[in-house]
Amino acid sequence: MLEAQAVSKHFGGVTAVDDVSFKVAGREIAGLIGPNGAGKTTMFNLLAGSLRPTSGRIRLKSRYVETSPPYARMSCGLGRTFQIPRPFAEMTVMENVLVAARDQVGERMLPNWIVPGRVGRLERANVEKARSLIDFVKLGRLAGEPARTLSGGQRKLLEFARVLMADPEIVLLDEPAAGVNPGLLETILTRIAEINARGVTFLIVEHNMEVIARLCARVLVMVSGRILCEGKPREIAADPRVIEAYLGGAPR
Amino acid sequence: MILDLIAYGAFFLTTALTYAIMCLGLNVQWGQTGLFNVGVAGFVAVGAYVSALSTTPPLAGRFGGFGLPIVAGCLIAMVASGACAGLVGTITLRLRADYLAITTFGIAIAIELVALNAQSLTGGPFGIGFIPRPFGTLAPSPIVFDSANLALVAGVACLVFLAMERLARSPWGRVLRSIREDDAAAASLGKNPNRYRLQAFALGGSLMGLAGALQAHLIGFIAPDNYLPALTFQVWTMLIVGGAGSNAGAVAGAIVVWGLWSLSGLLTSLLLPGDQQARAASLQIVAIGVMLVVILLVRPRGLLGGSFRRRPPPNDGGSELDAGKLV
Ligand SMILES: Nc1ncnc2c1ncn2[C@@H]1O[C@H](COP(=O)(O)OP(=O)(O)OP(=O)(O)O)[C@@H](O)[C@H]1O
Ligand SMILES: [Mg+2]
Repeated sequence: MLEAQAVSKHFGGVTAVDDVSFKVAGREIAGLIGPNGAGKTTMFNLLAGSLRPTSGRIRLKSRYVETSPPYARMSCGLGRTFQIPRPFAEMTVMENVLVAARDQVGERMLPNWIVPGRVGRLERANVEKARSLIDFVKLGRLAGEPARTLSGGQRKLLEFARVLMADPEIVLLDEPAAGVNPGLLETILTRIAEINARGVTFLIVEHNMEVIARLCARVLVMVSGRILCEGKPREIAADPRVIEAYLGGAPR
Repeated sequence: MILDLIAYGAFFLTTALTYAIMCLGLNVQWGQTGLFNVGVAGFVAVGAYVSALSTTPPLAGRFGGFGLPIVAGCLIAMVASGACAGLVGTITLRLRADYLAITTFGIAIAIELVALNAQSLTGGPFGIGFIPRPFGTLAPSPIVFDSANLALVAGVACLVFLAMERLARSPWGRVLRSIREDDAAAASLGKNPNRYRLQAFALGGSLMGLAGALQAHLIGFIAPDNYLPALTFQVWTMLIVGGAGSNAGAVAGAIVVWGLWSLSGLLTSLLLPGDQQARAASLQIVAIGVMLVVILLVRPRGLLGGSFRRRPPPNDGGSELDAGKLV
């Protein structure tokens, strides 16, 4: 589904991602963990196209995409959320979700004047779909509120609903549980599992090991820009190399 | 006397509405997309000259004079200005906002210089005359002539306004707003920010061209000094006074500011002796500047301020209360 092949990223002298290779299989939920500054978010930005790798290749389904711009990834079925949520603050929750709909006739300029009827029909269908997604993440009461009024956890939920609106095949979630209160956390976890059951693949960066243990069958551990090891969550949690990396800062 | 007043009122509104169309163009560029175009006058000039050259009768020693109908002239003007904006946009939209501003300013100056110096194309400093007027045959009766012009321009302005309103409320307008708020997030959802910016820039440019063409056909004569940077300044003031982001604000701002401009012109010509008149013209710019400052102090979002807030949104749930206060 998604494959990194010997990907590296340098920022000046800093090597944030160093010769990383891994695969994410279709329909799985894979975890990506590691101490702060390990390069997880940088890896996500490379996969999502916000950054270009210094070297290495990224394959999405059958295409190599490392040089394609971020907006082109969605048409290959890849969606992502951000570590610090980026809602469109002045737009309502509903509008935030509606923006994400793909293949809207009304997204082109001319149809809005020439075939307003078709635009309107598709828009109504999209509003319905958006509403059910907003209800799905329990933001139904807030649908008409500007996104800036949401709490941090609610913003994470909004971003989740928004990316789902685009019907992605694979979603990269950067710390979906960070800063989320326990009630909302439960919502996020069950929703991820439900969407995965419908066939969507996930790659999740998360510091909360309980979340990882509940969702992921397979975890990649990243330390200082490299993949240290991978395995089942329980094996990983007991691996002395991993424990040392978390406790002792940089390994070796 | 009353008839003169009515005729003057119609003439005033007609002119104001041509500015309103420029303002609607600037609104889609700046108000809705955040593109800082300081070259409004250039795109207006392109529209005016293109329509003039398309519709005037042939003239020896000068390019063009194709004798096309006025409607055709206006449409060609829109295409030309839109293409011009598209070209400028393709070159500059990757640049940061301040560079776009410098580039558009430079291009507007270049266009004005071409108009001034390319005599065989633009008629040079003397401009182009005998531009066909839509109701030229009615000119002997000012009140009929001015009312007919007003009806025509009001109709066009109304059409443009409705078209822009529909667009602002369409999925296209929604993507535009999302890009303006956070283009990286919009890109992550599959929207190509530069494509939308380019469309908005070209659309705004073509409206400015339409307004330029209309003005040319109303007056029947154009010259390079109609398209000085002061025009850009006027249109910007209109949009800010009316409320950037709002189409209704763009129209209202154009009428209010043009009203003040005309009034201050009238007052200086009444109150000041003839030899001071030329200097007094700069007082008009001062009056507009003062008005701009007052509006920015009293109603920073303009008379009919749009939904866009200039303050950055709070970053976390903790500042919800503050957010409430700002609204
Ligand atoms: N744009 C940048 N320029 C320079 N250095 C950067 C840049 N982005 C990231 N880095 C560096 O790359 C390293 C990896 O950062 P990254 O944000 O990917 O870590 P992370 O694993 O996501 O950490 P966290 O768990 O804290 O989110 C860090 O040392 C960081 O300082
Ligand atoms: Mg991170």
